[in-house]
Amino acid sequence: MNELTEPTRVLLFLAGIIGFVALNAAYLVWVERKGAGHFQRRIGPKEVGPFGLLQPLADGIKLMTKQLFHPANADPVLFWLAPVLLIVPAITSFVVLPFSEVLVAREMNLGLLMIFAFASVNVLSLLMGGWGSANKYAVIAAARCVSQNIAYEIPMLLIAIAMVMVAGTLNLNDIVRQQPDITQWYVFRLSASPLMPVLCILFFICSLAETNRAPFDMAEAESELIAGVYTEYPGMGFGLFFMGEYANILIGCALTVILFLGGWQCPFGLYPGVHWFLLKLYFLVFIVVWIRWTFPRTTFYSLLNLSWKILIPVTLVNLLVTAAFLKVFCDARRLF
Amino acid sequence: MRGGYFKEIFDGSKSLVVGMGITLKYFFKPVVTMQYPMETVAMSGRFRGHIELLADEESGEAKCVVCGMCQKACPSGCITVAGEKVEGTKGKKLTLYRLDFTRCSLCGSCVESCKFGAIDFSKAYNLAGRDKNAFIYDLKKRLEEKREK
Repeated sequence: MNELTEPTRVLLFLAGIIGFVALNAAYLVWVERKGAGHFQRRIGPKEVGPFGLLQPLADGIKLMTKQLFHPANADPVLFWLAPVLLIVPAITSFVVLPFSEVLVAREMNLGLLMIFAFASVNVLSLLMGGWGSANKYAVIAAARCVSQNIAYEIPMLLIAIAMVMVAGTLNLNDIVRQQPDITQWYVFRLSASPLMPVLCILFFICSLAETNRAPFDMAEAESELIAGVYTEYPGMGFGLFFMGEYANILIGCALTVILFLGGWQCPFGLYPGVHWFLLKLYFLVFIVVWIRWTFPRTTFYSLLNLSWKILIPVTLVNLLVTAAFLKVFCDARRLF
Repeated sequence: MRGGYFKEIFDGSKSLVVGMGITLKYFFKPVVTMQYPMETVAMSGRFRGHIELLADEESGEAKCVVCGMCQKACPSGCITVAGEKVEGTKGKKLTLYRLDFTRCSLCGSCVESCKFGAIDFSKAYNLAGRDKNAFIYDLKKRLEEKREK
């Protein structure tokens, strides 16, 4: 990578990241629909191309050729800014994600912080979209979205704080470098905190809730709120929301892989690289699909109760436990 | 709230894992849906389609002896049977067997009333037509067409 000049490198990574996000958004829809089919013992898309592989293309053409209009009472600025505001931070977050040791657009020493900063714009965009639509269902969905995202951002950040305490850095690539094989992966690093495996699962749950995925899909809740925040969006406006949602799923899964599952490192120390990262990433994406087609949508109160009554206390306790373990074990190690 | 705080967490998590286990098992099972227009299901033995005339295995002619019992048994008056006497043979020869399927309720009284086993339910269910007359079947003609094939 060093022989490339800086402008070429920037352009290549920009094109690569946008391409990666767009391709993944398109094909994760296909994965989602195929997965939904097989979990219900159906086939899923099969007519367009072999195994329905050209289905995302057909969907894309359909979305792009639709007329773009907004409701009469809608606020046009908020209405059209919202989908853009969802997709731009999602794409920006990919800048600091290390796909492999060298395949990272910008290795930033505040990478983790940057991702959380951009991830919280997500909820602003949904609120703007819901409010700007001037539609009662969209407004209800937006209100739900905000309280849900605030509720789940807290345990997520508490876990991230504990991870940063253990790793001692916010640089995602450095965090991955600390986990060279499966015993060193943070999910199994019980000497740092005995709650590590639980934390990994909780982090994954929080990232599901943050991206408004089933069973936490209150932003969409099609059986109660038509399509929630997306109700009034035509064509590519909806398409951008969709792309943003899948990009956020990717970021959530990528963060779980990086923080807990050793990122681009191989479980047994062989040939670390981008293939291991993608393998783990898509395994988690499969779990996301699996969860979506297993559990029904929760009620809104149990959704908030889960966060405020279980996730936040557990992560707070974990913060104390991690601090104590670090103080006792790591300092003791330094003494001897 | 039944049980304590931790028991609820434990039971809840366990039920989630069990649920995911079930869906994963189904994920790897073969699909059960049928791609309908491309493949069709074989109808069960007791399926009642519209009635069909049965042919005599030796002669290939309809078994029907034109006794008219089915016509009398039909509560909706769907069936019209007509026959003529042919010189030199015993009994009547069938000339017309018309079924007005638009009024048929598939009660099966005609099949039950036939002492000669000359009619039975068909397995046809892909029935669609542009007007009412498409469902007035000439069963004798159908039998002859089937024989030609």
